Amino acid sequence: MNEHVKAPVAPRTLPRESATFDAYTLSEIRRAAATGIYDIRGAGAKRKVPHFDDLLFLGASISRYPLEGYRERCGTEVVLGTRFAKKPIELKIPITIAGMSFGSLSGPAKEALGRGASQMGTSTTTGDGGMTQEERGHSKTLVYQYLPSRYGMNPDDIRKADAIEVVIGQGAKPGGGGMLLGQKISPRVAKMRTLPEGIDQRSACRHPDWTGPDDLEIKIEELREITDWEKPIYVKVGASRPYYDTALAVKAGADVVVVDGMQGGTAATQEVFIENVGIPTLACIRNAVRALQDLGMHRKVQLIVSGGIRNGADVAKALALGADAVAIGTAALVALGDNDPKWESEYEALGTRAGAYDDWHEGRDPAGITTQDAELMKRLDPVMAGRRLANYLAVMTLEAQTIARACGKSHVHNLEPEDLVALTLESAAMAQVPLAGTNWVPGQDGRF
Amino acid sequence: MNAGAQSNAFDLSHSTVRELNAALHGLKQGSNALFWRITHPGGLHAIAAGVDAPVTIEVDGPVGYYCGGMNKQATILVKGSAGVGVAENMMSGLVHVEGDASQAAGATAHGGSLIIDGNAAARCGISMKGIDIVVKGSVGHMSAFMAQAGTLTVFGDAGEALGDSIYEARLYVRGSVKSLGADCIEKEMRDEHKQQLFERFKLAGVDGQIDPSEFKRYGSARNLYHFHVDNASNY
Repeated sequence: MNEHVKAPVAPRTLPRESATFDAYTLSEIRRAAATGIYDIRGAGAKRKVPHFDDLLFLGASISRYPLEGYRERCGTEVVLGTRFAKKPIELKIPITIAGMSFGSLSGPAKEALGRGASQMGTSTTTGDGGMTQEERGHSKTLVYQYLPSRYGMNPDDIRKADAIEVVIGQGAKPGGGGMLLGQKISPRVAKMRTLPEGIDQRSACRHPDWTGPDDLEIKIEELREITDWEKPIYVKVGASRPYYDTALAVKAGADVVVVDGMQGGTAATQEVFIENVGIPTLACIRNAVRALQDLGMHRKVQLIVSGGIRNGADVAKALALGADAVAIGTAALVALGDNDPKWESEYEALGTRAGAYDDWHEGRDPAGITTQDAELMKRLDPVMAGRRLANYLAVMTLEAQTIARACGKSHVHNLEPEDLVALTLESAAMAQVPLAGTNWVPGQDGRF
Repeated sequence: MNAGAQSNAFDLSHSTVRELNAALHGLKQGSNALFWRITHPGGLHAIAAGVDAPVTIEVDGPVGYYCGGMNKQATILVKGSAGVGVAENMMSGLVHVEGDASQAAGATAHGGSLIIDGNAAARCGISMKGIDIVVKGSVGHMSAFMAQAGTLTVFGDAGEALGDSIYEARLYVRGSVKSLGADCIEKEMRDEHKQQLFERFKLAGVDGQIDPSEFKRYGSARNLYHFHVDNASNY
């Protein structure tokens, strides 16, 4: 070949990243190889799953007439615990604050939750660490969680509570126990939990003194005896087998069943657990409702749904599918100030960014919410943060009412599956409502 | 009984556990209803659960689950055997079972004392948080699982995985231990421990009858208090 003639340059393809070995996956392999320990983080499942966004309301038409948005009443109140409890809980809005522990959250954060919820006439819930004065003192209605660890459990606090929630599991980790790593086991947290300071606490995943639904029935009987049958008793399960879990909770004597989908948050759990165990919130509501209906207990035993509730549309959709109320956790923390871009430089210093920060277990939360650091927690003004939460709850309620009125409903509980259609086959099958523009509910009769 | 103290009889073949517990919960401070005798318990559940008064309650026969659950102050004597979770989450007071106890005796209890004259089944003292438990017989497997504080004294033998994932509770066993759970090890028996054991003997009314040096002490190696990859195989 003539040495003056250059060989043609072969065209090259662009660098191609693997869909299977994507950048996040590669980073996790490198992290695992370097540390030898699984990744632990807070929050719920981050993977994309069918969710409320995949549902639409039909609204009014010739055959359905709407209510006037600013003139006609649309009720939002809900009563929880009407089955056995002498003193059911009466809430002004169907949006409650989910269980989050003192320990995972700072004292000011718990106070802020109590302030915001009380302002809007709804309840807050303790967590895996006992009841604090910050929370009891600022929560008009407080649900006391009864967890496998029984940290801080005592009859005085149980009697101070307005309801008891027996926690079987949570959506982020059905089958897993709580975790609180050493950074957050401050002297006060350690004392409340009867643990040595600074250890990595790993709570039990099963209750210590009962196993199975028959035992649960006896446990609930004991709790009712201790509280003289006054308090509503909730049973909370992580979404996995919602039909059977709901039926068994009812059989065991629950006043209220709480079903938490996989998008529901946790203070600290293995990433592999959060992303791979449990089912989406959307997939569990109709099955839980069906269990209640089959037992003739729908609306007699109330259903609370949680896991990824973000706005009034999500609330309205959950209620339309048959829930009596919803619970929010992650969204409430964001309302308080969690993951706020104003702390961007500090998030970057932690190797993350606002909106993605989930190392809540490390206790270095720039927003002062998921921490026990005395200096960081000063950043959260519980009065202002409580106000933000109240504002957010008010907006969610107004949004749910807006949709309910558009569907012609004088109470948000009058929303029904018939008001909904789905945008995707998956969501249609999970929510058991028709694919939009068709009368086809996948998995039911097979007709288009 | 104190002068002026009132004795109350409660026959559970004619009354309900609800009526019994309502009466016990209704006791006012300074009440002279200090002695309660409960007949025909018949294995019913939640007998004398949630009591918060310095009373003595004698139960003539076997009880079901959670007898004396969350007890504060009361002395409860069970003249028979006890079902699952006797004295669970007790805060203070004394529960004495003259027979055997089923699983999870004294589970998660923060304080007070639990004396079991017979044997206790699996998970005795599970997640205990400060209670003193004395079992004159043997205890089943997984006893003192995740035990956080308090003492478990066993005159007989202990089953498999004693003290698994234990925190700061102290375990004293006179007989054999089938196996120790994760992070539970035998520890030196110093004078302070013999003294503590002697106090437990007094509690059980057997002081002077047993030599503390016959017991071995078990507790946490504290190796699993923090996550570390090298300990992963211990779980």
